[in-house]
Amino acid sequence: MSGAASTLILRAAPQEGGRALLTEAAWDALPAALAAEPDLALLALWAEPGLVHAAFLREADAALLLASVPATEGHYAALSPVRPGAIRFERMIRDLWGLTARDATDLRPWLDHGRWPVTGPLSARPAPNTAPPPQPEFLPAEGEGVHQIPVGPIHAGVIEPGHFRFHVLGETVVRLEARLGYAHKGSLALMLGRSPRAAARYASRLSGDSTVAHSWAFARAAEQALAVEVPPRAVHLRAVMAELERIHNHLNDWGFVCNDAAFAFPHARCAILREGVLRAARIAFGHRLMMDAVLPGGVALDIAEAGPAAIHAALDAVAEELPSLLRIYDSHASLQDRVVGTGHTAPVLVARFAAGGHVGRAAGRGFDARRALPYAPYDALPPEVPVFEAGDVDARVRVRIAELGCSIDLVRALLAGLPSGEISVPLPQRAGEGVALVEGFRGECLHWLRLDDGGLIRAAFMRDPSWLQWPLLEAAIRDNIVADFPLCNKSFNASYSGVDL
Amino acid sequence: MLWPKLARNLLGRPVTAAAPAVSDEAVAALVARLEGAARARLGRSLAIRAVDCGSCNGCELELNALQNPVHDLERFGLRFVASPRHADVLMLTGPLTRNMREALEHAYAATPDPKWVVAVGDCAVDGGVFKGSYAVEGGAGAAVPVDLIIPGCPPAPEQLLAGLLSLLEAETETPRASS
Repeated sequence: MSGAASTLILRAAPQEGGRALLTEAAWDALPAALAAEPDLALLALWAEPGLVHAAFLREADAALLLASVPATEGHYAALSPVRPGAIRFERMIRDLWGLTARDATDLRPWLDHGRWPVTGPLSARPAPNTAPPPQPEFLPAEGEGVHQIPVGPIHAGVIEPGHFRFHVLGETVVRLEARLGYAHKGSLALMLGRSPRAAARYASRLSGDSTVAHSWAFARAAEQALAVEVPPRAVHLRAVMAELERIHNHLNDWGFVCNDAAFAFPHARCAILREGVLRAARIAFGHRLMMDAVLPGGVALDIAEAGPAAIHAALDAVAEELPSLLRIYDSHASLQDRVVGTGHTAPVLVARFAAGGHVGRAAGRGFDARRALPYAPYDALPPEVPVFEAGDVDARVRVRIAELGCSIDLVRALLAGLPSGEISVPLPQRAGEGVALVEGFRGECLHWLRLDDGGLIRAAFMRDPSWLQWPLLEAAIRDNIVADFPLCNKSFNASYSGVDL
Repeated sequence: MLWPKLARNLLGRPVTAAAPAVSDEAVAALVARLEGAARARLGRSLAIRAVDCGSCNGCELELNALQNPVHDLERFGLRFVASPRHADVLMLTGPLTRNMREALEHAYAATPDPKWVVAVGDCAVDGGVFKGSYAVEGGAGAAVPVDLIIPGCPPAPEQLLAGLLSLLEAETETPRASS
């Protein structure tokens, strides 16, 4: 089962929390070993002063492996030549921690647009930044008649900021490159030196649409670091909230994809159903998006007395309308013509980037953290994981539609079996390290943190699933027409704020 | 089938919720900010350009919810437009990241006078939880003059509507506060 790279990691000195500390010589051998073990997917790459961390997933047995290497001279061997998903992480590490990946595929700035008062804001000694902001450089496209279309950072719709640089030949996209970082708020720096309870607000606000999933992943990482067991009632309530979040986002995306094909009816109906779910969430948990509802140690407040009935009513409305909405989606050739075959992602690319969520599951990669790395309460209630093969806009929509039904069933089961008892436990103040994956609506959210002796955060990283999905959007739009970009983009619905940190 | 559903919706009761109440103090404060001539020119219809200045996307979700059939923003003569050149109102969300400042300044300059600026959400008011970060300016007011703030994290659609309706009230020739 063990390949060259996982052997290298498993042989290295294990640290607290199971993370393997590789010597620089062992890490230098890692790229070649990874090339020999294509089954070991890179999930994340991040750093702290003088130290680089990586999270891998061995797909065959869903083993999560963490590896670190000291970057004593300010550099480390790049993984991007063998794992293209590493490219943006390596650019981010250089921008935030000032550590350079040796032999990296791409070392252009990513989050740092040259507008912060410092460079290397998370490094041990940030340097003052006095240089004027540089002009961004984009990857070229050559050929007769190729021209560029710059879009953003402010978009026509009410969406997040980001710049898209299209190279087009007539109507056809030759190359798209995204330039993100506009929503960089410095969340990781704000978490340092705070207790997990105080830092949870930044996990909650990494990406507002995934506030429950990220809060939960952060809470589980903190609870693992402190060896805390969360009461069963809190675990169930977290899952109820996470599934409501999945439902409201899937409804939103389905409606918006139809709207981007100028078919307004499903958009209106999905919006009404989604509004019902959000109102039920406010009745049950006091907040429409359930922000700050999941805290390390448990949940912030118990479900309101009127909550279960409100949730059941909202979900009954969704379940009742789902079949007829699906028939409408299926039976309109003008809509199907826009979504079928559009924005195709090849399964081999999806596998190379280990893209999760609807992007992966629409192209044959069936990874779902709730099943692959089961956590309570999904260990007792394993969800169905619908997988499609086509890899186009339509398949990504169908994953969402199928998951709507699964999530509704899950919420009903969770509410029916809601255990009684406490909803949170106090957290001890001590050192520890933890990592957790929670399946959000767009894929697995990975959180890692290390606490010092006083129980305060020494280092942390929050990895939204979008990190591994954004690059595939650039591949999906190639050879499509510019007018189909909104459809492709919405079918991915990758997070800007989530990757901008 | 689509047509029977459309027909049922035409005959059924609308799903749209009643308009929220507007606070007189908010209207009076807004009236003081725009002189009569500007108000007369804007009329009781406002075009809104939303600019995400680095929010977490929570405020955008609620701004989008404003446009759903339940909240139905357009019944008040309020609508979101695709360009600042078509806008009377800029609705700004997020703590204003340093990476977004220049883009916001361009959008503000491109919005014709007279114009309102609304800071939406705790982050846009003063940076919110991101206040003090090396990467944020600490609220929309750091770069452009703000006329109205709608706090909340994120503000619910009813709060957003109440804020926007107070703008409309402030624009009528005889504002409620002075009648």
